[in-house]
Amino acid sequence: MPDPITLTINGTQVSCAPGTLVIEAAKQNGIEIPAFCYYEGFSLQAACRMCLVEVEKMPKLQPGCTLPAAEGMVVHTESPKVVEARKSTLEFLLTNHPLDCPVCDKGGECELQDMVFRYGAGESRFTEIKHHVDEKQWSPAVYYDGSRCILCYRCVRVCDEGIGVTALGLSFRGVSAQIVPNRGDHLECDECGWCIDVCPVGALTSGTYRYQSRPWEMNHVGTVCTHCSDGCKTTLSVRNGQVLRANNRDRSGVNGEFLCVKGRFGFDFVHHKERLQSPLLRKNGQLQPVSWSEALSAVAAKFSEVKARNGQFGVIGSTRTTNEENYLLQKFVREGLGSKNIDHHRTGDVVTLLDALKGRTGALATVNDLYTAKAALVLGADLSQQHPLLAYQLRANSRHHRSATYLVTPGPVREEQFATKALRSNPGEELNLLPQLSDDLKQHASLTVLYNAAIKGDAVRQLVAFCDSLGIEVKYLPLVDYSNSRGALDMGLLPDLAPGYQPLRNPGLNAAQILSSPDLDVLWVVGANPLKSASLAGEKAFVVVQDLFLTETAQRADVVFPAASAYEKSGTVTNTTGEVQRLKHGPKVMGTKSDLDIIALLARQLNIDLGPTTPDRIFEQIRKTVHGYNVALPVVATGGAAPTTPVNGGVPVAVNPSLISPSGDTLFTSGTLGRYSKMLAKVMEAPGQLFKA
Amino acid sequence: MTFSPELEARFAKMIGNYPPGRQKGALIPMLLYAQDEVGSMTPDLIQEVSRRLKVTPLEIEEVIGYYTMLAREPRGKHHIQVCTNVSCQARGGEELFAHACSRLGLHNKEKSADGQFSIEEVECMGACSWAPAIQVNYDFYYDMTPEKFDKLIDSLRQMQ
Amino acid sequence: MNQPTLLRPPHPLEVRVLTRRFEYPRTEPVWLDEYLRTEGYQALRKALDLTPEALVDEVKKSCLRGRGGAGFPTGMKWSFVDRKSPKPKYIVVNADEGEPGTCKDRILMGFDPHRLIEGCLIAGRAIGSNRGWIYIRGEYRVYIDIMDRAIEEAYANGYLGDNVLGTGWSFHLSTHTGAGSYECGEETALLESLEGKRGNPRLKPPFPAVSGAFQCPTVVNNVETYSAVPDIILKGGEWYAGLGTPRNGGTRLVGLSGHLNTPGVYEVPLGMNLLTIVNELGGGVWKGRKLKAIIPGGSSSPVLKADECDIPADYDSFAKAGTMLGSGATVVLDDQTDMVRVLARLMSFYAHESCGWCIPCREGTAWLKKITQRLDSGVGASKDIDLIDQISNSMMGRTFCPLGDAAAMPAMAIARKFRDEIEAKIQSTQAFVPAPGTRPLVVL
Ligand SMILES: Cc1cc2nc3c(=O)[nH]c(=O)nc-3n(C[C@H](O)[C@H](O)[C@H](O)COP(=O)(O)O)c2cc1C
Ligand code: SF4
Ligand code: FES
Repeated sequence: MPDPITLTINGTQVSCAPGTLVIEAAKQNGIEIPAFCYYEGFSLQAACRMCLVEVEKMPKLQPGCTLPAAEGMVVHTESPKVVEARKSTLEFLLTNHPLDCPVCDKGGECELQDMVFRYGAGESRFTEIKHHVDEKQWSPAVYYDGSRCILCYRCVRVCDEGIGVTALGLSFRGVSAQIVPNRGDHLECDECGWCIDVCPVGALTSGTYRYQSRPWEMNHVGTVCTHCSDGCKTTLSVRNGQVLRANNRDRSGVNGEFLCVKGRFGFDFVHHKERLQSPLLRKNGQLQPVSWSEALSAVAAKFSEVKARNGQFGVIGSTRTTNEENYLLQKFVREGLGSKNIDHHRTGDVVTLLDALKGRTGALATVNDLYTAKAALVLGADLSQQHPLLAYQLRANSRHHRSATYLVTPGPVREEQFATKALRSNPGEELNLLPQLSDDLKQHASLTVLYNAAIKGDAVRQLVAFCDSLGIEVKYLPLVDYSNSRGALDMGLLPDLAPGYQPLRNPGLNAAQILSSPDLDVLWVVGANPLKSASLAGEKAFVVVQDLFLTETAQRADVVFPAASAYEKSGTVTNTTGEVQRLKHGPKVMGTKSDLDIIALLARQLNIDLGPTTPDRIFEQIRKTVHGYNVALPVVATGGAAPTTPVNGGVPVAVNPSLISPSGDTLFTSGTLGRYSKMLAKVMEAPGQLFKA
Repeated sequence: MTFSPELEARFAKMIGNYPPGRQKGALIPMLLYAQDEVGSMTPDLIQEVSRRLKVTPLEIEEVIGYYTMLAREPRGKHHIQVCTNVSCQARGGEELFAHACSRLGLHNKEKSADGQFSIEEVECMGACSWAPAIQVNYDFYYDMTPEKFDKLIDSLRQMQ
Repeated sequence: MNQPTLLRPPHPLEVRVLTRRFEYPRTEPVWLDEYLRTEGYQALRKALDLTPEALVDEVKKSCLRGRGGAGFPTGMKWSFVDRKSPKPKYIVVNADEGEPGTCKDRILMGFDPHRLIEGCLIAGRAIGSNRGWIYIRGEYRVYIDIMDRAIEEAYANGYLGDNVLGTGWSFHLSTHTGAGSYECGEETALLESLEGKRGNPRLKPPFPAVSGAFQCPTVVNNVETYSAVPDIILKGGEWYAGLGTPRNGGTRLVGLSGHLNTPGVYEVPLGMNLLTIVNELGGGVWKGRKLKAIIPGGSSSPVLKADECDIPADYDSFAKAGTMLGSGATVVLDDQTDMVRVLARLMSFYAHESCGWCIPCREGTAWLKKITQRLDSGVGASKDIDLIDQISNSMMGRTFCPLGDAAAMPAMAIARKFRDEIEAKIQSTQAFVPAPGTRPLVVL
């Protein structure tokens, strides 16, 4: 650490690291210098001139956003001269601003409004005609009102530097200067909508939220995105039980302000008109709405009957339900039904990794590690398409810290923009190319390795052996695909492993075996859609499905329970890096119940005692009993991400690679769930094509 | 899209004028010289330049919006630019512009129906000591008067 | 070449250094043969035998100051370049000549193109550069063609290329065209434009000498500045400095325009009295009228009223008089000039040319344009004059680049110095405005 420097701000001596900008030095000491164009972490513009401060011995006011603090500097941030300058800058801004606050989405959370409120400029001396341009729709998700735009270039920078898409630019000049989209009159981009969120005014508005509500009429609920496994926190803004908007306005969680299109706009499946709102029971070959008690009794009756005659159960759990639900489900199946036949759709090989690491828990990377790692190696994955947050972290790391990134992928990926080396391999043959990189990799003190489902079974062991041979510190990040894929593994939704990867002596049937077993008596599917891609061999099987929609699997069911989505319940989920975060329920969909409640109600009908069945109490139990989950409760309770430390159960396991298959999702798809998001369907102009030109 | 051999030769030389990997430097000259041949910033032209210099169409749009000489629509065969900035204003530039407009029956930035003439009021073009000055395409005409202007238009018409 | 008799017959008061090859009448440039016959490239030969340090020192001694507008000492600027930097170093010629009233660089390029090339070569030698660009405004296609041809001649005869005059030193030079933007004359905006981007200025520091064209150390100078260099090297810095006044070395081109009998571009030593320039070289105010005002250094320089003009024309004296020498463009206005109209025209220029990057300039210039045009069309009140002053004050020193100041300075100067005239115009057209003391609700 270089020696700190000392300067005086508003009469107080403060110290900061050399090179700190005055605006940051002030902020660190609780002094806010107002700014529009300055945006932490992005390139400097010095365009808005709001941050001008008075520095003694300098004749002109200086922009605090670009001026590095210097030893002995004397800065005034609220002197009469500074306040006057701010006021006049605001007056300038308002000259061509439409002042349509009453109908502007941003009203109430607009930085321009706040600044004018604080610094005056309420009375304008401008009596001329304002410059006007019409509002434009750039995409289903993004609208631009050039008249409101104050040209702070935040949107341009987050798109270019943050996401690497560069879909926004600046055209024309003078008062006519405008933000323009990359395809003439429309946008072709990731549709992440970050530009909308960073806009300090109402120039960029969202296709889902515009003209829906005033910000103060909504409740803002911080929960975790239910789409991919990166585990971004998202704040749902809810009014009258309806989600109207999603963003991460408090910048908490592993993702800070980042969200992809699914996190920001993909919440609308919640209110899709095809949501199941009543239990269904097959009568005369037809699924018919029935009461909860009728449906529960039918299932309980069947379960007792099959259990009594030692019949065959097959249970397929979910990759989107909470840890508590998964835990309770396997407990129900193993203890209550006495069955071992439980599995889920596996999308990555964590099991072999834990085995190969032989208890080295420190070798598991977190999301934050990707931002601080000196070097990263990506095997197989198209991160921008499948793990947008992880891609964002690597990009930010490269931009802020010049970290190195190595890629071995089957196709072109966007990370090549900043990669140190990018190799192309045949799918599944990524490991063969590793020797070509070993000299480069050895240069770095530490390395984080990300691998997807292309590397599974023995290949994972080979990977670990290769990394061990480098003689440097290596951390691993096994990629899985769905929001709680990791939790499903950790909670033992596996025929051969109990929660915490404890091996079971006599494994049960796996998912493929369940589906192909002709003797199956009961198939119980919780939040999954296995029959979309496979058929059910057990013709006589009684099928029970818990889901949001009448999926392909639900259509074959005898009983369907309408389940609540992750946005409608409490509990915890674990992301692909093994970090546990808390879900908070935001909206409410009439007629649905959480999977936890459904399982608990069934247990009660069957007189099975599963112990406590509230999310909090179950999480307590998980923390106490599941290996690696003894995480700090306050971290989770306050909305943080707590890393878990899983290890294998001490007995080598052999993973059957054919049971692992990737979800195949892109930036704009999200399994069955994604099909019910109208916004995702609308924005799919050219998914994935943008960077292959 | 193809250009004349002369233009191709110019482009080939131009690209070599910028450091390796920084061929984007040639963007503005390339657009302007190509416009002289093609007439305006057509979608084809943008695509072609984008391909050759490896810049995105958005980067080209940013530039076209900024520079006043880059035209989205073709101008007249004789694009008449009348300066009315201070030095020319002092010596009758504004009157000359008004005269030119009425003589051609055009408003600022309009083009005649036959495509022969277009007119534009421009900022200082560095001919202040010989004011008022006009430019027809790239040719300067100095110390203009309404009479000289009329003669010029006549002779330009003759050229057709 | 389309530059019929731009030159005036030499005036006895002129001191001809830069223009010494311009006999009258001349329409053709001095091509290489003639250039060589008249000491051409002698300075380069001399420079090739001197060390870079000696070259920079010579230029420092000459007291040459930038002729592009800011008047920064040229030798000092060159000395900021770190010759030991592993990066390539670049020479950039600012031939954007956009400042209204300015028309001198075209004369130098149009009649003596090799002088500029030789200046670039010497500057390149002084900072250890192997490449330069001449950034010429797009409207000057004629001069681009002349420079291109002269550059070709220089390449063909070993003055430019991989092996300059057999010394093994390489220097490459080419023209680069702008495409219509005054702001691209600002040196960092020019560099952006050179890199193929919008002419938005860059954050300073780093200054171009540290990180300029393509992020490499770069010297940006005006055409006239480079053109002065060959004679400085040939005849010595002290000789050149002796032509002007202390700290204001040499001669400079003055572009006389406006209400004069003999407007034109003349070469005068620094420090010649402004009225002498106007009355002698410019032949006095035309049509027997009286002088009202002079815009003495390009449109951005604050206007001088007739009674303020009896001062030496050099950087320091002009600064003392509250104005600036700028680009040497001198616009003379007679007593019948409508200053409101002049003001309105200037403000519409700055609003048109503001790049739009920063708020005070983007919104300030547009606002000033609207107010002054309204006043010009006869709709206004005297508090509008105060408003012009206040808006200009809110722009001064607060914009990202000096264009904001360039617009604010003349606005403030005219509003203050010609307040009576503006008031009179407002009064004369009171019929068009609502009852006194009220303000129209909507002003078209
Ligand atoms: C808005 C603006 C326009 C300018 N236009 C020109 C110009 O057209 N030509 C020029 O040589 N310098 C111009 N300058 C000055 C340049 O920024 C720079 O100071 C000059 O090129 C340096 O060269 P010099 O030291 O030889 O004067 C302009 C400056 C500003 C702020
Ligand atoms: S759209 Fe918004 S964020 Fe983008 S530049 Fe304009 S005001 Fe700033
Ligand atoms: S925050 Fe400094 S100029 Fe905008």
